[in-house]
Amino acid sequence: MADIVRITDLVKIYYLESVEVQALRGITLSVEEGDFVALMGPSGSGKSTLLNQLGCLDRPTSGQYFLGDEDVSEMDDDQLSEIRSKYLGFIFQSYNLLPQYTVVENIEIPLLYQGIKLNAQTREWCIHLAHIVGLGDRLDHRPMQLSGGQQQRVAIARALVNNPHVILADEPTGNLDSRTSDEIMERLQQLNDMGKTIIMVTHENDIASWAKRIIRMRDGRIESDERNLHRTIGNKLVKMDGFAGNGFALRPAGL
Amino acid sequence: MYLLYILVGILLLGAAIGPVLYWDKGRRSLVLAIRSLWLHKMRAFLSVLGIIIGTGAVITLMAFGEGSMQEALNDIRKLGATNIIVRSRKPPENSATAGRSRVAVYGLTQDDYDHFAVLQQGGTITRMVPMRIFPQEMRRLHLMWTGRAVGTTAAYAEINDLPLALGRFLRPEDEENHDNVAVLGARVAQGLFPFENPLGKTLKLGQSEWVVVGVLKSRTAVGDAGGSIAEDYNNDVYIPLTTCNEHFGSIITYRQAGSYQREQVALSQVTLTVSDIDKVRSTGELIKQILSRHYKDDWEVSVPLDKLEHAEREQLRFLVLLFVIGGISLLVGGIGIMNIMLATVTERTREIGIRRALGAKRRDIIWQFLIEAVAQTSLGGVLGILGGLCLVFIVPPVAEWLWNYTPPTRVTALPIILALIVAVGTGIVFGLYPAYRAAMLDPIEALRHE
Ligand SMILES: Nc1ncnc2c1ncn2[C@@H]1O[C@H](COP(=O)(O)OP(=O)(O)O)[C@@H](O)[C@H]1O
Ligand SMILES: [Mg+2]
Repeated sequence: MADIVRITDLVKIYYLESVEVQALRGITLSVEEGDFVALMGPSGSGKSTLLNQLGCLDRPTSGQYFLGDEDVSEMDDDQLSEIRSKYLGFIFQSYNLLPQYTVVENIEIPLLYQGIKLNAQTREWCIHLAHIVGLGDRLDHRPMQLSGGQQQRVAIARALVNNPHVILADEPTGNLDSRTSDEIMERLQQLNDMGKTIIMVTHENDIASWAKRIIRMRDGRIESDERNLHRTIGNKLVKMDGFAGNGFALRPAGL
Repeated sequence: MYLLYILVGILLLGAAIGPVLYWDKGRRSLVLAIRSLWLHKMRAFLSVLGIIIGTGAVITLMAFGEGSMQEALNDIRKLGATNIIVRSRKPPENSATAGRSRVAVYGLTQDDYDHFAVLQQGGTITRMVPMRIFPQEMRRLHLMWTGRAVGTTAAYAEINDLPLALGRFLRPEDEENHDNVAVLGARVAQGLFPFENPLGKTLKLGQSEWVVVGVLKSRTAVGDAGGSIAEDYNNDVYIPLTTCNEHFGSIITYRQAGSYQREQVALSQVTLTVSDIDKVRSTGELIKQILSRHYKDDWEVSVPLDKLEHAEREQLRFLVLLFVIGGISLLVGGIGIMNIMLATVTERTREIGIRRALGAKRRDIIWQFLIEAVAQTSLGGVLGILGGLCLVFIVPPVAEWLWNYTPPTRVTALPIILALIVAVGTGIVFGLYPAYRAAMLDPIEALRHE
């Protein structure tokens, strides 16, 4: 399969009161479409920095980043925003739902910034996604009224709403107990089964074991990069049926 | 009338909000803004209180200021902006010369009048209305009424707003023919002819009989150019000046404060109309020069135009003051808004980070916070305007009830429109910086906030 992410010699240096912090010291990495990557490594090794680069939330100090065919490393803030809104989905450790919005409205947020008109159809799509993550009966609840696992499932639905090419997750189970973590990982695995590329930061081995490929980092460099031979496979839930066919046709040509 | 203004205001607001509503993103931002305002109702209300009070004060003050100014201007306009009013004035009593039987001789003379007439021939003065006014008892059968006799000419009707109830006013022929005709003020007619039509009937002024040819409708007292001594015209009887002088002679005797007063005043007042408003002031100076030949300080010249301009200057000053007050309170209100918006931005840093990560551009964030600020200030503006209008409606009846005085008010569209525009403008000006701050936040930093 084609590589959807190609980064070459990516360097990110932070300047802290004239002290240079080299968060990434030349990362070269390709991720092919449909892969499921776990980024591992000790704290401070640059996992989050790399994920933020991949998520177009920041620009590298040097190096190149191609997302599909687009040279993202040369883009300005507006263009990066557009890339995020069209091609990327984010899942955060702390869920990051907006407290004043209901479940459906939270799922809808990425569509607000796509320049498309929100209508009954888009609303239906959001409701559909809420059903997929098992929150069909909580559409009008606020995040406060949901458990952590449920909130993270809303976040997963939100990450899917723009039908992204790559889903980026920074320690998605970091705030969850192990049972709920498995539930979330199962959802991610199902998304991956349907062809979504997932890049996930974690420092837990049993979470990483869900991935197809494990990359270990140390001091801003890739230490090891290997296929996961002992992959955890969860239930292939039939609940996800019909999802792929129902996808929102936002995928532009060339990607 | 007021409803119309409120409608205009609503329409204007509609015009401002309409495009925002039509524009999908704008509508969402507005809904979002109202929602997050609703989340902190009390805080939002307190933060726009400055705007509310500012606009409310301006609307109220404008209404009262306009009302009283308009009243003053109307009074002056009634006196005529091209008129010059020359009056006789009793000079201060000199104790040495104040004798019991002495005749007080003062005021405008026929000689003065003739001098003015020269100006009329020159064309600067187009009209002269002489008046001789004195207290007079009027009799009809057994009925008696005390009022004023006003000896004047037909032109008196031209410089005064004289609504006739019956008959006609004095005519030039009356003077030429030296007719004993009289036009009655409303109250005189009521007092002397309670049950009959006075037209054609006679009444007695002093020793002579006068035929009633006209009756005036009730006239509202006109303040002396906005001053306090309002003349009550309803007790007046108007008679031709020529006939007046023949019958009453040059010396008038009347009772005052228990003693008889004898006065010789040829003319109580002459109202001169100047051909051109630009010549009013110079003509006024000329008149003063003519009168300066008098040995006594027994005349006064008043130029309504001066007072008109004075009143207009006053109005301008009032407006400037109002703008300063309004400006200051809006500045304070605006700073309040800015303060609260900055707090909001800090409080919602994480939300900004989330939105940015999910694809919001900087301008989306700017719009979001700008619309929130403008929604607050325009809502505050509307509340202020409504509150101000409420005061304008409530205060006059209350003042009437408390002090028997109804302050005049005048609501005009301009302050309302201005207040709305300024409220919206305040939101933009003071919302821009917090919105900009929000937009410039680094998404990663913002996400990490808290
Ligand atoms: N905004 C920043 N400013 C300065 N230094 C930073 C910033 N973000 C990360 N770093 C530094 O970069 C290094 C990598 O951080 P990070 O990517 O967060 O590590 P990880 O996610 O693997 O724990 C750390 O040394 C961290 O202190
Ligand atoms: Mg990290």
